[in-house]
Amino acid sequence: MAIMINKNTKVICQGFTGAQGTFHSEQAVAYGTKMVGGVTPGKGGTLHIGLPVFDTVAEAKEKTGANASVIYVPPPFAADAIMEAVDAELDLVVCITEGIPVLDMVKVRRFMEGKKTRLVGPNCPGVITPGECKIGIMPGHIHKPGRIGVLSRSGTLTYEAVGQLTKLGYGQSTCVGIGGDPVNGTNFIDVLEMYNADKDTDAVIMIGEIGGTAEVDAAEYIRREFKKPVTAFIAGSTAPKGKRMGHAGAIITGGKETAEAKFEALRSAGCSIAKSPADLGTTMIASLKK
Amino acid sequence: MNIHEYQAKEILRKYGVSTLKGFVAETADKAVEAAKAIGGGIFVVKAQIHAGGRGKGGGVKIAKSTDEVRDLAKKMLGMTLITHQTGPEGKQVNKVYIEAGCNIKKEYYVAVLLDRKTGRTIVMASAEGGVEIEEVAEKHPEKIHRVVVDPAVGLQAFQARQLAFAVGLKDKVAAKAAKFFMGLYKAYEECDCSIAEINPLVETAEGDVIALDAKMNFDSNALFRHPEIVELRDLTEEDPAEVEASKFDLAFIKLDGNIGCLVNGAGLAMSTMDIIKLHGGSPANFLDVGGGANKEKVTNAFKIILKDPNVKGIFVNIFGGIMKCDIIAEGVIAASKEIGLKVPLVVRLEGTNVDLGKKILAESGLNIIPANDLTDGAQKIVNAVKGK
Repeated sequence: MAIMINKNTKVICQGFTGAQGTFHSEQAVAYGTKMVGGVTPGKGGTLHIGLPVFDTVAEAKEKTGANASVIYVPPPFAADAIMEAVDAELDLVVCITEGIPVLDMVKVRRFMEGKKTRLVGPNCPGVITPGECKIGIMPGHIHKPGRIGVLSRSGTLTYEAVGQLTKLGYGQSTCVGIGGDPVNGTNFIDVLEMYNADKDTDAVIMIGEIGGTAEVDAAEYIRREFKKPVTAFIAGSTAPKGKRMGHAGAIITGGKETAEAKFEALRSAGCSIAKSPADLGTTMIASLKK
Repeated sequence: MNIHEYQAKEILRKYGVSTLKGFVAETADKAVEAAKAIGGGIFVVKAQIHAGGRGKGGGVKIAKSTDEVRDLAKKMLGMTLITHQTGPEGKQVNKVYIEAGCNIKKEYYVAVLLDRKTGRTIVMASAEGGVEIEEVAEKHPEKIHRVVVDPAVGLQAFQARQLAFAVGLKDKVAAKAAKFFMGLYKAYEECDCSIAEINPLVETAEGDVIALDAKMNFDSNALFRHPEIVELRDLTEEDPAEVEASKFDLAFIKLDGNIGCLVNGAGLAMSTMDIIKLHGGSPANFLDVGGGANKEKVTNAFKIILKDPNVKGIFVNIFGGIMKCDIIAEGVIAASKEIGLKVPLVVRLEGTNVDLGKKILAESGLNIIPANDLTDGAQKIVNAVKGK
């Protein structure tokens, strides 16, 4: 079953004919994702990498039956692209774009209230259900179908966790990158709730980082309701205060936003803590045998 | 991006936020001219650096004559000011702001900022002004009042009044404060700030509400639509290596260790620093080359890392996803040759085309120490800089 996406998910790409959209759509098709078309305003009616191009998301949905979209639109136009997909009532929108102004995302979140669409990202690697559907920029070949959920704010650090699991012989149910921005569509708890209900996920690796308190909130949820083993890591123990560490959201502005505070919250919620990012896989496996 | 107090006040005035009369000066003569233009008998001389805590560090002084303004400006200009926010190395003062004095009745705090939990802008005010707001939040959270702004309509007048009354202001002064809050919010929103903070906000004996200090930081992601704000950037306030890195679109933060790091992805870059520390080393920097690293980017990244004389070794840690390991390997070799790399270099490659990448490194004839995984890489670079 997995979560969010599977082999029946029909995906369109916004920003389809741009360099990023083209490259990653080709990769997705090669992986086996059901890509059914794309949207580039003004290029409707043409074909691109063998798939139909539409002027609007609404039209693309109507003609192809798509229920998910992936966005590679540049930052100044990305908020608009998200809202268009939400307005077209797609089930899932995955926004890969990095660098969207924060106040644009504040408006997007307001716009989404009461709407049915789930947004993952922005500034994220995307979502993959190995062997079935890949939406995003992650390298497909490092994944392997299985029963571990991987949930993270970071891209390459997610690959690191996945790579370790696969090498150790453990596959993944669904991997979700929620993104490194301070205002995003899906948070840790949203995904943990889905993993909790998913009979094909046995355990979860959760990777957070400095900045904000989302991991502390997630720890509270895990303590209260989560039924499966969680292995956790927080990036940025050595990061200085007040400096933005690459991700817009990775900045310590207060005492609760440090790696130390988050590690402690997760530990006391019963999570297994990976002290080193190199031990994510082995810590996970040890937690399964407990 | 940060700006100076005097620049923030210039912006805020356009939004109807009341400030005192003041002028910026880069010489003692200009400071005296400024004081004469302001008039009156009391002036405040304020060092302009991008850090808080200036008062305690000796960067804010009162002058009772234009002669005193000259003396204070002379002393402050060129001095290195150390505050709890500058770090022990301090910051050099290149500009002073000369401002009129005022009759302070009481100090308050107000700020507009993002609440990450709700994804909304909030306006936060307290009757505890002039002190570190974090301390107030910790010891007396009930003394901080908040309103949440609906982005569809912006801050409403009733919310601004709520805040003014909540901090204990009354009558006409409360009305002035509410107008002040509205102006501050508008400036925050229209300029794409990440924070607009007034600490202290003062109520004067005459019943005015004035921004005594002003801090505005801006969302770097939104600078593309604010060329007028980009012009306010003061490069002398930033680390030269960080300025250089920003030209090449590299996310770089200088740290005080001796192991240079070159990594793709922000999370992995932070983790690389963490794992170096875990194995007894100390990172010299955070560096995310991003998803599209090529030879040019790697070369520039190496150059920036090596400008730091503390760097005794470099750890390249790449998880090639879209980026292929063989391309990275070629980039590393070309960059090492071009620069004539003299410090130990440990390279850990993983992901797409990893075997080809490793083969290219091994056959390069360069003294590159290959690592099999994260731990192996961290241990090898830590040992290499220790001369083991």
